[in-house]
Amino acid sequence: MPQEYLEFEKPIAELEKKIEELTLFTSNGGIDLEEEILKLQKKSDQLLAEIYSKLSPWQKVQISRHANRPYTLDYIEAMMTDFVEMHGDRAFADDPAIVCGMAKLDGAPVVVIGHQKGRTTKERVIRNFGQPNPEGYRKALRLMRFAEKFNRPLITFIDTQGAYPGIGAEERGQGESIARNLYVMSMLKIPIVTVVIGEGGSGGALALGIADRVMMLEHATYSVISPEGCAAILWNNGAKASEAAELLKVTAQDLFQMKVIDEVVEEPIGGAHRDPRRASELLKEAITRNLGEVRSMEPDELVKLRYEKFRKLGTFDQL
Amino acid sequence: MAWFKKERPESAAQEAPAKKVKIPEGLWIKCDNCKEIIYRKEVDKNLKVCPKCDYHFRISASERLPYLVDEGSFLEVEDGLSPKDFLNFKDYKDKLKSSRKKTGLKDAIISGEAKIGGKPVSVVVMDFNFMGGSMGSVVGEKITRAVERAIEKRTAFVSVASSGGARMQEGILSLMQMAKTSAAVARLGQAGLPFISVLTDPTFGGVTASFAMLGDIIVAEPKSLIGFAGPRVIEQTIKQQLPGGFQRAEFLLEHGMIDMIVPRKDLRATLAKVLDFFAA
Ligand SMILES: [Zn+2]
Repeated sequence: MPQEYLEFEKPIAELEKKIEELTLFTSNGGIDLEEEILKLQKKSDQLLAEIYSKLSPWQKVQISRHANRPYTLDYIEAMMTDFVEMHGDRAFADDPAIVCGMAKLDGAPVVVIGHQKGRTTKERVIRNFGQPNPEGYRKALRLMRFAEKFNRPLITFIDTQGAYPGIGAEERGQGESIARNLYVMSMLKIPIVTVVIGEGGSGGALALGIADRVMMLEHATYSVISPEGCAAILWNNGAKASEAAELLKVTAQDLFQMKVIDEVVEEPIGGAHRDPRRASELLKEAITRNLGEVRSMEPDELVKLRYEKFRKLGTFDQL
Repeated sequence: MAWFKKERPESAAQEAPAKKVKIPEGLWIKCDNCKEIIYRKEVDKNLKVCPKCDYHFRISASERLPYLVDEGSFLEVEDGLSPKDFLNFKDYKDKLKSSRKKTGLKDAIISGEAKIGGKPVSVVVMDFNFMGGSMGSVVGEKITRAVERAIEKRTAFVSVASSGGARMQEGILSLMQMAKTSAAVARLGQAGLPFISVLTDPTFGGVTASFAMLGDIIVAEPKSLIGFAGPRVIEQTIKQQLPGGFQRAEFLLEHGMIDMIVPRKDLRATLAKVLDFFAA
């Protein structure tokens, strides 16, 4: 898939195009422009680093939704082996907006669950734009219990704009399906590590997110409501999403500061979408390290600490 | 949240939703459902239910208590919690102030200990008049504490939900109240103690997607609107008109999402019967 550029990445796009032209010219037997190319490349790298060092919350939201950003299946493929995808909730259907199965991480068996967006238009439709229905959450629930039954650690990837708002979803109990996962995850007697890899959209994201270690990629976001939705309520104007993103505090850095997450996982300069391989390496290191820390704990201790971790979230005045 | 403000009148007149949150002052009132003009005292006497069409008016948490627990048994647990505008969110301080003035509450819930049919319970009642009953840190904390009290005292836990969902003005920490309350309910279950969840008009979003749908028994008031996504959001997404009766308590019962629909006048007696099962 060709690299897509966000509005604020346009200056980089221009430089990269120029470099491409010069490279093509050189390789076609023209004058050797290597020096010029190197100079431009350096300029482009500097610009990229500069732009990415001072992103606004709204720019981060856009990056978290970037069409070239690695998705769950990309990370599974890059960092795990022997992945066997499992399907269906055994009650109604299989939901392609959530993928899950068994895999090996450095040779050790794990269960992995994540939201899955589509890359092409056709795939996006099949994956319902990464917005699960209740059967998706119930498939995830089945795999959580499966992981516990066979005593395998659970790794989850969060990347959704939210649970799907549809008639069928309501008929089949979207609310209950999310609630049940929160209930069950809080009690699972296995280590759980969660990473928000892109968009963490509200309850539909949280439904995979009760874990012993909760991490976010550097440019991922996590929010109670989408900035567009918030802006529509506050100003009757979804176009003011950028202001809403500031107000809501949705970035990985904000959440780390609020102690809602345990770690911000570094992305390559210019974001995970610019170097998915390096992004996977960095993420794998963080996952194995965090898993290693919780892996040796007694199950009862894990559950107790997990409860306390979420129990203390909240800010209020107490007289 | 906001989708309750501008509700589209539904196709079937019978299903017309409640627009008003509170019964207006005055001698006579108009029913939101059947549009009949009724003598106010008659409605009050009838547990705030329309005598003509059986429509259940939305009521405040304090109005709810007499229909829920044994007379004089409610003991509020005043834990001194009040909400904090830690994000410095647009208009939040003003909204809290006006909600406090309107309801006399510090936040959208009251919690306490009471008896139902003589059985001790830990109970919370949400109040839709306080910022649409939205769940932020205080609401989540009060629910969690009430569940923990139930575990400590080995009683049942009863909640009455009435909420537009998570409170946007407290950002991600509101979302985390879903995790916190659900985990508390899971602990209650592990302790072998019952949770009875009562859903009233309206119950949505992060409240539906957390503790409220986790009851061992789930009861709803007639015709209550209950769902995850708001009807307006769904309509905008699917670009279709919603079927009549969609997301009403009767719809949820039909689809297997709740155990029963109980009219207000029978609520306490029904809960007493259920609690007796666990006490025996
Ligand atoms: Zn009426």
